[in-house]
Amino acid sequence: MTPVPGTPERPLRVAIIGAGPTGFYTADHLLRNARVVEVDLFDRLPTPYGLVRLGVAPDHQKIKFVTNVFDKVAANPRFRFYGGVEFGKDVTLADLKAHYHQIVYCTGAQTDRRMGIPGEDLSGSHPATEFVAWYNGHPDYRDCTFDLTQERVAVVGVGNVAVDVVRILCRTPEELATTDIADYALEALRKSRVKEVYLLGRRGPAQAAFTNPEVKELGELADADVSARPEEVELDPLSRAAVERSQDRATQKKVEILKEYARRQPTGKSRRLTLRFMVSPVELIGDGGGGVAALRLVRNELSATSTGALQPRATDHFENLPVGLVFRSVGYRGVPLPGVPFNESWGVILNEKGRVLDSDTKQPIVGEYAAGWIKRGPTGVIGTNKPDAAETVDCMFEDLALGAVLEPAHPEAAAAEALVRQRQPSYFSYADWLKLDAIEVERGRAQGRPRVKLTSIDEMLAALGR
Amino acid sequence: MNIANILARKGSMAVTVRPEQSIRDALALLDRHNIGALIAVEGDRPVGILSERDIVREAAHNEKFFARLVADLMTRDVITGQPHDDLPSVAHTMTERRIRHLPVVDQGRLIGMVSIGDVVKAQRDHYQGEVDTLQTQLLAGEGGRAV
Repeated sequence: MTPVPGTPERPLRVAIIGAGPTGFYTADHLLRNARVVEVDLFDRLPTPYGLVRLGVAPDHQKIKFVTNVFDKVAANPRFRFYGGVEFGKDVTLADLKAHYHQIVYCTGAQTDRRMGIPGEDLSGSHPATEFVAWYNGHPDYRDCTFDLTQERVAVVGVGNVAVDVVRILCRTPEELATTDIADYALEALRKSRVKEVYLLGRRGPAQAAFTNPEVKELGELADADVSARPEEVELDPLSRAAVERSQDRATQKKVEILKEYARRQPTGKSRRLTLRFMVSPVELIGDGGGGVAALRLVRNELSATSTGALQPRATDHFENLPVGLVFRSVGYRGVPLPGVPFNESWGVILNEKGRVLDSDTKQPIVGEYAAGWIKRGPTGVIGTNKPDAAETVDCMFEDLALGAVLEPAHPEAAAAEALVRQRQPSYFSYADWLKLDAIEVERGRAQGRPRVKLTSIDEMLAALGR
Repeated sequence: MNIANILARKGSMAVTVRPEQSIRDALALLDRHNIGALIAVEGDRPVGILSERDIVREAAHNEKFFARLVADLMTRDVITGQPHDDLPSVAHTMTERRIRHLPVVDQGRLIGMVSIGDVVKAQRDHYQGEVDTLQTQLLAGEGGRAV
């Protein structure tokens, strides 16, 4: 019997699909092991970091410092990055099985949930993630357009994506000009005529997913007044009992902040942000020309499930909120990968602790794993993916010890590189990324910004002189 | 975080037993799957839960407990969870009511089970992740270098 791979003569070769935080945390855990592991990290985009670059809001630069951790991982000589190489298109599962002992999918939750209500496809209605990807300079979304001549905008949802979107809509061009927001988005937002922004939560303030720092930030915007309705920030009896029982100081504080917003008087700022609670959209009403004229809302009440969780229940009170632009942020789902079993119920790869399971037998498939949002669904902060990745890597080493790994015909780094070069000659290495990074930072320096992003693949190739 | 996020990485369904099966059958299932409780179902509707503790309680005073039926020993008053129940509520209810296994139903249909261990692990990972994220930002903010 041949010894299991993981030695200097015969390194364990692992392919990771997706260079977001989970991809890097997975690589980090693999490379820290006593066994000799070589990691090739693939991403369909030329640039690494996933949502840290393309999701985290441009006015939240501190959150992006985590890229220092990722760069350290990438500096390991046993790590390689293949950017601009798409799984299922440029390289197939069969290709990877011929070159690696183990494959880990870290592709995140790439699509948004729909609200499932009439009028959702009117021209003024968009997934919030499209707007986020657009203002962050995602190459696939740079050509999106949003009708910022509208004065009234609603954002459905109270998670951090929804809060980011209302904040970006309410910021002044001067506030945004010091960030790394995409140049074209900065120009478009300079011309924005948005005056009234509504953030809509289906439950009450105690259940809102946003954090206290996030909600405080909304009260400190340079040129937007924040407000809330007193009757909507007052806790219902069930929520009050739950908060008191749990002695949850953070939630108590959150409710206090929101009550203070409800007491605020307008100070004459040019925009107004209104935080609404206990309402759900039931229909987008058209303007007759394909656009949105209003959002029809139903008022909710809360009821407790048998575990005590509070869920919204529609009442028969309705109202029309006149808005011309709607962004929905009501949840995210993973996208199935070609040839990889998928769990439709949860929108994740079918897995147990990160081991990918066969759809029929529900038994682990040798050599295939998942980590991060594509494993557990979109929840938690960036760091939550670290223990998640560790769990998957633990399973990988357990399986390795039992010899349960793929038996690739070409387990050499050079063979994998030759394959990538043949399929995607203009792939981007980590050295390429570090050059692009330096160019972006340099472009930003002149304008007092953290960086000015390159937002198309052609621009990136040109910047590298290719 | 909610129950769905726990079920998403558990892969398999909850292990079930029928109320008319024997405790001998139930023990074999507990052993084979290395678990602590079974959900008794009629069709795909949960009607009871049988934990190792229910069996121990019977075995302590009845030598012939193997032949008894699941229906005789199971707890019928089952608290169930739903996919969108948030973890703090679930953790609170399981701790207060001393429940170690929570069958999860969606529109009356059994879709899985979470244990108190699952809930504790999910909460621990959640807090660990928050601490890690805050530490990274603090350290980076203090000199541009992260750990």
